[in-house]
Amino acid sequence: MAGGVVEKPEGAYGGSTRNYLNETRGIKNWIITLDHKRIAMMYLVAVTLALLLGGFFAVALRTVLWDGAVRDPNDLILGMRVEQMYNKYFTLHGAVMVFMFIIPGIPASLGNFILPMQLGTKDLALPRINLMSLYLYWIGATLFVGVLAFGGLDTGWTLYPPYSLDRQTSIPLILALSAVFILGFSSILTGLNFIVTMHRLRPPGMGMYDMPLFLWALYATSLIQVLATPVIGLTLALAMVEHMFHIGIFLPQYGGDPVLFQHFFWFYSHPAVYIMILPAMGVQSELIATFSRKHVFGYKAIGWSSIAIAAIGFIVWGHHMFVAGQSPAAGLIFSFLTFFVAIPSAIKVFNWVATMYRGSIELKTPMLYGLAFMYLFGIGGLTGLFLASIANNVHLHDTYFVIAHFHMVMVGSTLNAFFGGVHYWWPKMTGRMYNETLAKIACGLVFLGFNLAFMPQFVAGTRGMPRRYANYADEFTTFHQISTVGAYVLGAGVLLQVIYLTYSWFKGPRAPKNPWGAASLEWQADSPPDFHNFTKPVIVMAAYDYENWEYDPNTGGYELRKEVVESGRSLATAHH
Amino acid sequence: MSTSTAHSHDTHALPPRPKELAMHFDTLHNQYQAGKLGMWLFLGQEVLFFAALFTAYAVYRGNHTEMFHVGQYFLDWRLGATNTIVLLFSSMTAAWSVRCAQLEQRRGLVLTIAITWLCALTFMVVKYFEYTHKIHVGSVWGDSFHIHNMADLPRGVVDWLYKHNPGLAQMQGEEQLAAVNDMLGKNGLGLGSFFAVYFCMTGLHGIHVLVGMGVYAWLFVRALKGHFNRRYYGAVDNVALYWHIVDLIWIFLFPLLYLIG
Ligand SMILES: [Cu+2]
Repeated sequence: MAGGVVEKPEGAYGGSTRNYLNETRGIKNWIITLDHKRIAMMYLVAVTLALLLGGFFAVALRTVLWDGAVRDPNDLILGMRVEQMYNKYFTLHGAVMVFMFIIPGIPASLGNFILPMQLGTKDLALPRINLMSLYLYWIGATLFVGVLAFGGLDTGWTLYPPYSLDRQTSIPLILALSAVFILGFSSILTGLNFIVTMHRLRPPGMGMYDMPLFLWALYATSLIQVLATPVIGLTLALAMVEHMFHIGIFLPQYGGDPVLFQHFFWFYSHPAVYIMILPAMGVQSELIATFSRKHVFGYKAIGWSSIAIAAIGFIVWGHHMFVAGQSPAAGLIFSFLTFFVAIPSAIKVFNWVATMYRGSIELKTPMLYGLAFMYLFGIGGLTGLFLASIANNVHLHDTYFVIAHFHMVMVGSTLNAFFGGVHYWWPKMTGRMYNETLAKIACGLVFLGFNLAFMPQFVAGTRGMPRRYANYADEFTTFHQISTVGAYVLGAGVLLQVIYLTYSWFKGPRAPKNPWGAASLEWQADSPPDFHNFTKPVIVMAAYDYENWEYDPNTGGYELRKEVVESGRSLATAHH
Repeated sequence: MSTSTAHSHDTHALPPRPKELAMHFDTLHNQYQAGKLGMWLFLGQEVLFFAALFTAYAVYRGNHTEMFHVGQYFLDWRLGATNTIVLLFSSMTAAWSVRCAQLEQRRGLVLTIAITWLCALTFMVVKYFEYTHKIHVGSVWGDSFHIHNMADLPRGVVDWLYKHNPGLAQMQGEEQLAAVNDMLGKNGLGLGSFFAVYFCMTGLHGIHVLVGMGVYAWLFVRALKGHFNRRYYGAVDNVALYWHIVDLIWIFLFPLLYLIG
């Protein structure tokens, strides 16, 4: 049946009508599709697999750390010394999570699906570029599997020379460098496509200030993707050439400068942190507003603070190199600039809290993730200030304090927002509802596990536990063991999610069009949407005008009010 | 030439959708603008891609002024200037091709695309001779830098060597060559890093020229088939934009590497 459009009568697919999932069948029709929704779902599956792979390494390295105080360094597991295994685990954990999960995670899966729908349009502006970005992701991911097959790396995800370039086996190193290079271009193409779409495919009547804040966040993210990623691309290309031909760019023994690599690396990798967190903040704005049933507070402040974070993010990279031989003057400037990131970040948090104030808060699973986000981001963000001040940094750098800080931001915040977003848009994407009770249990496990895993690391770090060591002094045993238990609990929460979500995709109850009463345009489409997204003309309305929707007990979801459908315009326009 | 008759049987009130218009755009103009914005963003990406190399250049030049001063003697400014003129000319023909597409001058379009492609080829041929000569002399990147023959050294380099080591005149053959390599190589000036910068910058630029030749070949075929018209010429326009940035990068590379000592 692979090929053209399959005409089926209504109800042929278990009572559902035609939609993007059943429009055509067969693997080929998915692989060569130009439909943003299918590409998004393929991305979602791919990044979830990456999350599980990276999570496997996390659990593995935490397991090694369980008895790091008493282990005999000569112990062998599978014929390899434990320390060697550990070094590979933390490298692969970091690299897989950063490059294959967190960076593409929210934009390429949720963003790809939701962005055109929030604009009420049929697709992204450049569908072929979108498909190419997916292919590049697959190629990069395949190369990374090659890294594993050829014995892995133990450089840390940062790949600092000289160790990375003259002390590694060539094949896995070159595979890893090309994988990250290619994944980078996948990311650039996604960002480029998003910016073009937001400029060219907004419907008449929707200005930039009428877009949902998720899109503002994606816009800021895309700017960073387009402007920062090429620098790491070039850096990795140079590193590869250095490794193969000893050209004398990064390796000191041939006249190169390893600190230059660090500058280049962090010129990308610091902004990359905002590629990870900004989309999460965008999801967060949607969750908080929807489940408080209140117009988001400080719309422009939240929107522009995304842009501000992206802009400031480009000029703070030196805070990763306070003790790497950077001049004290440069250190001071970078420290000073880093503090500025706190301002737009705090603006967002305060506005979310203000949005909740006197809202009618509904504690559905996505909202629980939203609350967890705020709590963990608060801690992650504030501890960033500890690290930004130079004197503290000299003491804390390369300790577990740093690990705990960036996991609070990257995992605590981004992973929570990713889960929140997946649950929020799951009914739209799959047309099915998940089991709310199981979802809340999983959310609780993730929250508990996460705190157990990382809170003790702050304390261990301040007491001098260095990162990237398989062994440690007796006094750190308790911290490490609590942390390992936390990692298992977190892992259990994630596995539980994967299980009930997968189950619900096939067997879950049908989702209504708008189960949450959210107001952005994607909720006017069917669940799951038609191949062309909308079957009726979209009524363009502001993203947070909740009064246009009313609960319909027959469908179990929300429907547009009659007045709105008849007049074809938002109730709020009448008030203005 | 008009296609309107083909649709005369159409009963719809709406004008027919041009076949080039993708389903998610409402006008060809909007589709053209989207493609163009995409290309500008891509060019922004290109600028940042090269910016890292220019930064590396600045860092190495700042730290090793004399290395760049001597290294520059190895580069032949006449070849660099030839390539500059070739590329500037090709930029003109590239812009001309856009105009031809807009005016639906099919022969002009095919011709200007062909000339642009030939200019790119010329550039690569000159580059080929430059590269092979350097490999022959041994003035190459990093660890591989090793001069094979005193006679290959440019005048300026020889002068610099004698100025800094008058004893060279008393040496001969292998002994002299070893001393020279000691002065120029990683134990001395470290010219290997200069040539690393040179080969990386011009090499990456060369790859861009090759990509440009690829896309111009594709445009050539499409132009022959008559794919473009006054409302649909985005591809010609965007490729020309790409070609301009490739030229622009060379405009910076030429003085930085060949001219300022
Ligand atoms: Cu940073």
